[in-house]
Amino acid sequence: MARGRDDLLNTVDRRAFLKAASLPCLAACSGALVGAPLAAPLFAGPLVAPAVENDAQFIREAKFYEKLPYKKIKCKLCPRECVIDDQERGYCGVRENRGGTYYTLVHSRVVTAHIDPIEKKPFFHFLPGAEAFSVATAGCNVNCKMCQNWDISQVRPEQVRSTYVPPDRLTALARQNNCPVIAYTYSEPVIFLEYVLDCAQAVRAAGVRSVVVSGGYIQTDPLNQLCARVDAIKIDLKAYSEKFYKEVVNGELKPVLEALVTLRKNGTWNEIVYLVVPTLNDGDSEFRGLARWIKSELGPDVPLHFSRFHPEYLLKNLPPTPLETLERAKAIADAEGLHYVYIGNVPGHPAESTYCPHCRRKVVERTGYTIAGIHLHHGKCQYCQTPIPGVWT
Amino acid sequence: MSIELPASTRRSFLKQGFSLGSALWALNPGGAAASPGPAPEPERSRVVIARDAKIRTANSSLDSAQLAKLLDRALEASFDCSSPVEAWKKVVRPGEVVGLKVNCLGGHGNATHPELVEAISERLQQAGITEIVIWERLNSDLERARYKIVERGSGVRCFGNDTLGFEDDLSTFGQAGSRVCRTLTQVCDAVINLPVLKDHGIAGVTLALKSMFGAIHNPNKYHSNACDPYVADVFALPPIRRKLRLHICDGINAQYEGGPSYMPQWMWPFNGLLVARDPVALDYVGWKIIEKKRADAGMKPLKELKRHPTYILTAADAEHRLGTCDPKRIEQVEI
Repeated sequence: MARGRDDLLNTVDRRAFLKAASLPCLAACSGALVGAPLAAPLFAGPLVAPAVENDAQFIREAKFYEKLPYKKIKCKLCPRECVIDDQERGYCGVRENRGGTYYTLVHSRVVTAHIDPIEKKPFFHFLPGAEAFSVATAGCNVNCKMCQNWDISQVRPEQVRSTYVPPDRLTALARQNNCPVIAYTYSEPVIFLEYVLDCAQAVRAAGVRSVVVSGGYIQTDPLNQLCARVDAIKIDLKAYSEKFYKEVVNGELKPVLEALVTLRKNGTWNEIVYLVVPTLNDGDSEFRGLARWIKSELGPDVPLHFSRFHPEYLLKNLPPTPLETLERAKAIADAEGLHYVYIGNVPGHPAESTYCPHCRRKVVERTGYTIAGIHLHHGKCQYCQTPIPGVWT
Repeated sequence: MSIELPASTRRSFLKQGFSLGSALWALNPGGAAASPGPAPEPERSRVVIARDAKIRTANSSLDSAQLAKLLDRALEASFDCSSPVEAWKKVVRPGEVVGLKVNCLGGHGNATHPELVEAISERLQQAGITEIVIWERLNSDLERARYKIVERGSGVRCFGNDTLGFEDDLSTFGQAGSRVCRTLTQVCDAVINLPVLKDHGIAGVTLALKSMFGAIHNPNKYHSNACDPYVADVFALPPIRRKLRLHICDGINAQYEGGPSYMPQWMWPFNGLLVARDPVALDYVGWKIIEKKRADAGMKPLKELKRHPTYILTAADAEHRLGTCDPKRIEQVEI
């Protein structure tokens, strides 16, 4: 590992961090617009990393798996339940069977670190205007054809440059940069869950909160453990059809819906993003079915973000989502009775702001990722005193 | 180990080029132009099964000299040649950098034998090849299978994909979108594929087609549905497909259950090699060998275990055209 990178992550002031930080500004998997980079690349370079100082520092025994005969293991982290032979890895590419014991290879193995507004995740009902110290490791447990971050999510950890950032160091970096929140994002935090759990525990003790941006393809037991440690989880619900999940995501819808219900039961703050991909998941019946399911299973107060798709990765043949489609999706969800339906990746659109469902006045004004005004008082609309659900302080 | 190359002439180039064209035609049987008159008999893909118990000494260790002779006979039979060097000259051209893609996932117990690779390298050099690269997924895989890493210099080198990494751009075909290793794209002009005859716990069998999972950055993404259609899609990625010239399956020790990991209780001494220019035909023949051994051992067919290797059929379909799995179009030659 180049000494320079270590030096950069040892920096203690914001300016130095920003100068150093991360890959070019990465959008969340939801397909958020890639904005102007906050900083110069930290790990830019060839795909293959130079030899790191000590590969062993990233390796921990995995938490969720069972041992099988003949040195095989079954992963119990996500619903895929990979059965893995000795010396092989699971679908995620970051967990390896070594002699019948399963290991994560990405504990503290950070491939990107960045300071983002929390609105970029997006979280619209969680500490508006807060800056989130955002990190990711390599790997993902699905393979979405529209992935915006495929160059880190669809690679193995040794194929990208990384730096050792253990939980205590991550905590220090967040505090040094005045970030009240750490976001585990960009790739798929489920596949680096052990790191998230350890970090969330460490940062909570230091007064820093943790949020997760995930596809929600996770088993119930690890999700319950995650809920106990973090403060909010945003789920990228890729579509409301098994067909889309099978053909475009390489996953399944049902376990993701179950995960959303589990979040609800745990009382963990949750927002949902739905990336609208032209011709593939943009039908009225799909929008309507989704809205009805959310209302009946999660309630009308869960924020739902319809985000614009941009051509990437294996779906470069499709155009960006037409604005009319996004507005149609919002109109359908509004009509079904959801209280907080947003349009994302369309900077300046009125549906970026939060409106009181009772008096219809703006209670959080947004333009892009910028907060123009907050009209809440103790979590209530300052005009009509209607409670607005969320984590506001 | 290097030899002096004869000066290349236009005539020798044309002769070699013609032979190579014939070899490649077998991989694309649908590509021939229509001609008037009765339809010609479709080209048959030859799969040579060369076996000889003498490749083992009395104490069951490998006799390298006998193995080299078996390889020679297999090549001669594959190309209707009277000498092995003549056969190899139909596969490669002098001056080319030739990659030998070995399969080492199973470690020492069921990897491509270094003795076989050594015999191939010797013949390649006699055929005018001065640059040979033995490669596999990882350096650690190679070392576990008794190969010594040699990353620099001329002659014979040996290294994993971790040495040079992968192309930045994706190659795509069907459901596959992958970065192909630079060893294949930037170093090798031609590749000889050297898989192992063995069972696979997800795909059913892993032979010539699936071995190309070792040429991409994301094989872990392609194991759903018994690897179908992913194995065929990956093999059809243009950078891979256009460089593969020959497939020699190491069946010295074969495995009929528990793969791809080494499971000695399910190994048997097949004492043979499978040689073909058509990877689909080779896989089809190898698959049937494994199924027969499983039946002899009282084991269920792969289909009943939901690991029927349908990717072999997919590789032969009109979308892929990687070869044939029609028994009537496979010429199986046993020597």
